[in-house]
Amino acid sequence: MAAKKKKTIRTIPQQRTAAREQEAAARVKNFAEVTFAYDAKAALVESERCLMCPDQPCVRGCPVGIDIPRFIDAIAQKNLRAAYDVIAETNLLPAVCGRVCPQETQCEGVCTVGDTLEPVAIGRLERYVGDNAIENGWVNNPYIEPNGMRVGIVGSGPAGMACAADLAKAGCEVTVFEAFHQPGGVLRYGIPDFRLPNAVIDAEIDNLRKIGVRFECNTLVGRLFTIAQMRDEMGFDAVFIGTGAGYPSMLGIPGDSLNGVLSANELLTRCNLMRAKDFPNVDTPMPLGRRVAVIGAGNTAMDAMRVCLRLGAEKVTCVYRRSRTEAPARVEEVHHAEEEGVEFHWLTAPVAVLDDGQGGVRGMRCVRMELGEPDSSGRRRPVPVPGSEFDFDCDQVVYAIGTNANPIIGQTAKLKLDKRGYIATDDDFATSMAGVYAGGDIVTGAATVIEAMGAGRRAARSIKAYLGLGATLPGASPQALFGIPPGERNYVRVRIA
Amino acid sequence: MSAAQLSDFEIVAREDLSPATFLLEVRHPMMAKAARAGQFVIVMSHAEGERIPLTIADFDRARGTVTLVIQAVGKTTREMQQSCTVGGTLYGLVGPMGVPSPIGQARKVVCVGGGLGVAPIFPQARGFKEAGAYVIAVLGFRSKDLVFWEDKFRACCDELILCTDDGSAGIKGLVTEGIRQAIEKHPDIDEVVAIGPPVMMKGCAEATRPHGIRTIVSLNPIMVDGTGMCGGCRVKIGDEVKFACVDGPDFDGHLVDFDDLMTRLRRYRSEEQAALERWSEQCRLMAAADQKEQPAPAQAKR
Ligand SMILES: Cc1cc2nc3c(=O)[nH]c(=O)nc-3n(C[C@H](O)[C@H](O)[C@H](O)COP(=O)(O)OP(=O)(O)OC[C@H]3O[C@@H](n4cnc5c(N)ncnc54)[C@H](O)[C@@H]3O)c2cc1C
Ligand SMILES: Cc1cc2nc3c(=O)[nH]c(=O)nc-3n(C[C@H](O)[C@H](O)[C@H](O)COP(=O)(O)OP(=O)(O)OC[C@H]3O[C@@H](n4cnc5c(N)ncnc54)[C@H](O)[C@@H]3O)c2cc1C
Ligand code: SF4
Ligand code: SF4
Ligand code: FES
Repeated sequence: MAAKKKKTIRTIPQQRTAAREQEAAARVKNFAEVTFAYDAKAALVESERCLMCPDQPCVRGCPVGIDIPRFIDAIAQKNLRAAYDVIAETNLLPAVCGRVCPQETQCEGVCTVGDTLEPVAIGRLERYVGDNAIENGWVNNPYIEPNGMRVGIVGSGPAGMACAADLAKAGCEVTVFEAFHQPGGVLRYGIPDFRLPNAVIDAEIDNLRKIGVRFECNTLVGRLFTIAQMRDEMGFDAVFIGTGAGYPSMLGIPGDSLNGVLSANELLTRCNLMRAKDFPNVDTPMPLGRRVAVIGAGNTAMDAMRVCLRLGAEKVTCVYRRSRTEAPARVEEVHHAEEEGVEFHWLTAPVAVLDDGQGGVRGMRCVRMELGEPDSSGRRRPVPVPGSEFDFDCDQVVYAIGTNANPIIGQTAKLKLDKRGYIATDDDFATSMAGVYAGGDIVTGAATVIEAMGAGRRAARSIKAYLGLGATLPGASPQALFGIPPGERNYVRVRIA
Repeated sequence: MSAAQLSDFEIVAREDLSPATFLLEVRHPMMAKAARAGQFVIVMSHAEGERIPLTIADFDRARGTVTLVIQAVGKTTREMQQSCTVGGTLYGLVGPMGVPSPIGQARKVVCVGGGLGVAPIFPQARGFKEAGAYVIAVLGFRSKDLVFWEDKFRACCDELILCTDDGSAGIKGLVTEGIRQAIEKHPDIDEVVAIGPPVMMKGCAEATRPHGIRTIVSLNPIMVDGTGMCGGCRVKIGDEVKFACVDGPDFDGHLVDFDDLMTRLRRYRSEEQAALERWSEQCRLMAAADQKEQPAPAQAKR
């Protein structure tokens, strides 16, 4: 990647190229995407901001090690197809990751430009490339020679999708089983349309179908058949489990079970997957109070709050026991939520949900917190300020305080689980059952899309080794790990223009 | 096995058990093989439909079918009563869900079914019988013309106590009266299993509490996914919060907070009402527009 003329921090465009957004006042009334894609000109200008640093800190910041400067350089050369090819070496879902990755803590967080100016907008550039790929129908479909191996994948979230893609490309016959009636996992039921339109997910699922992946929805693995049956009776040579983290936590405070208290997962599933926003044209309702309190400040909480606004809530309040800097959500989401009028109560912890006397919610009792000593996670632990309790009015409460491991697979398979109930795996993503691998949120607990995808791909690699399909040495560089090793069996890359 | 085609679930038989209760037998060989007493499915009748949980009332491994008995109470179930005909399909059918009822230990059991609970108690009664227990069925209906499956129960139970609200068949009174009679006659009952409306299950739990008889109830909270992901189905069991779809639906009736369940079941009352009214109005308009076609629910015998 020869940089022609030497760029310096002084010669590049100083301002990060803005992405157009829907006005806050207008967008809270619709579910259309908030942030618009870069146009060709904006992408070109932004691509100029990359210094093509020799040590490429950004690549190390990306969990799957996308060769960022190389794809940005291709954009600068106006060769989008080449840019796509670079990304596709490691990332199955650029249009998704470009939208939902927490870039500020990953690739962009360590970008050299960011030391002085705003970092290169890597995520937006990636999305630009990903959207173009979908629009133009680009896929890097290899010539696939069937190898006769059958692999069953449980769960169709990013982990399952990524694992399915790699194994299908290696020539395996891959079937993905999904409990819901539509595939996509959290991408479908959790993340709302205004952040990740369904059309993007549909396109990615279609791409998988094109390389022969079969999706069997309406299939609750564990109950309809067990993991052991998949292996021993149904003829699957290997199994991958990517069932995600479900089972939302409740706070365990008085008023938890009042009508009007629900988990963010329920709210989002009703709205996104079941399309309750179109009630009564669809049958699933999601009536909402006028004043909503959302507990938590992760991505799930931000999504819940912004969905509530779009469903017509008059006031949405965020209650979080730490301060803004500790909020686990992507910075952009907090910012968007603020713009849209969410009121934040930082350093505030819920004490009780107050009963309206008819089984519903009348308000919340909270206590102010202050930050004490750092805890084991390195974050300063919030401690209640004595005597600071206060009440406020609300008629709906949404819990977005994290999830626990979904119990179904654990209940129905003799798999080793860790202390918290997640599936235990070794470094190669192998579970305690031979031929059964697992990855994504069901192994790590709730994490990110790109991490789940990376886990799915690494597990695919282990499965290939297990099946005797071109194993590669462990400890290889991210590129070699996720890229397409030239010698790998049954994998001939062809270009379909 | 050949991977079953897990979509387009064909309705192979339908029976109308009463004006508000109908039975659908749906083809799903894998589910017929996997199903156990006490489990349920989630059905979507069409792509815009709601996901509704229904107990597996019977399964036939040889025919490769599962049977659902549905009470038409609201928009979705009434619409299904109209639209689900033999040869038609369900858009979505997933299961079996929930932990199977533990059957085996008890020597003498009472299986209580009230109203829409009569059908789902059947696989339990049969399961206990097959496990060698002495089975007493207590079935409750409002009146004689709503009675169904009496013969099916007689075939697999040692005793049957039929109760109707108005006394038009069997004894006059609620199922709790039937339980009282059963306990009086058999002081050695090990277990009572009750399925029906929450208020009935609460009554059953209260009826057995003084005798210290283990009482299992099958809870029916509002559900969305049925996979433990949404928490909508949470119920209070003693001091614990459980998710009925993955931790249940069977729980110890003496520990269940029924009042909490009943309150939570009213959560979407006004939306349910609105949906039903809107749908009824549409049906009326359609019927008026197209008077010659008056679709009576198709009937078919198994
Ligand atoms: C509301 C919300 C917003 C988020 N926002 C972001 C974000 O902005 N950026 C980011 O990087 N991450 C975000 N995340 C986290 C991210 O979505 C997850 O880490 C990621 O989706 C995990 O992928 P997965 O494949 O492990 O599981 P999932 O996406 O959870 O998929 C698991 C799938 O398995 C299915 N399944 C479960 N059990 C069974 C079974 N027994 N049989 C068959 N199928 C089964 C489930 O129905 C589901 O479809 C968000 C999460 C949520 C909930
Ligand atoms: C584990 C379980 C097993 C069940 N088995 C049967 C059965 O075998 N036969 C049968 O007729 N009914 C059964 N039910 C109840 C059935 O799911 C509801 O009657 C149905 O959802 C009502 O939908 P509707 O639109 O017709 O009526 P609505 O007007 O929407 O609701 C009528 C009542 O049903 C309840 N309800 C509504 N939506 C749901 C939902 N998504 N999940 C659960 N309850 C809901 C509410 O309490 C409401 O008051 C079962 C419920 C559960 C949880
Ligand atoms: S996948 Fe995510 S972390 Fe990696 S480069 Fe793209 S946006 Fe950055
Ligand atoms: S760190 Fe930033 S400037 Fe350097 S190569 Fe990566 S994106 Fe370009
Ligand atoms: S129905 Fe969603 S958790 Fe039980």
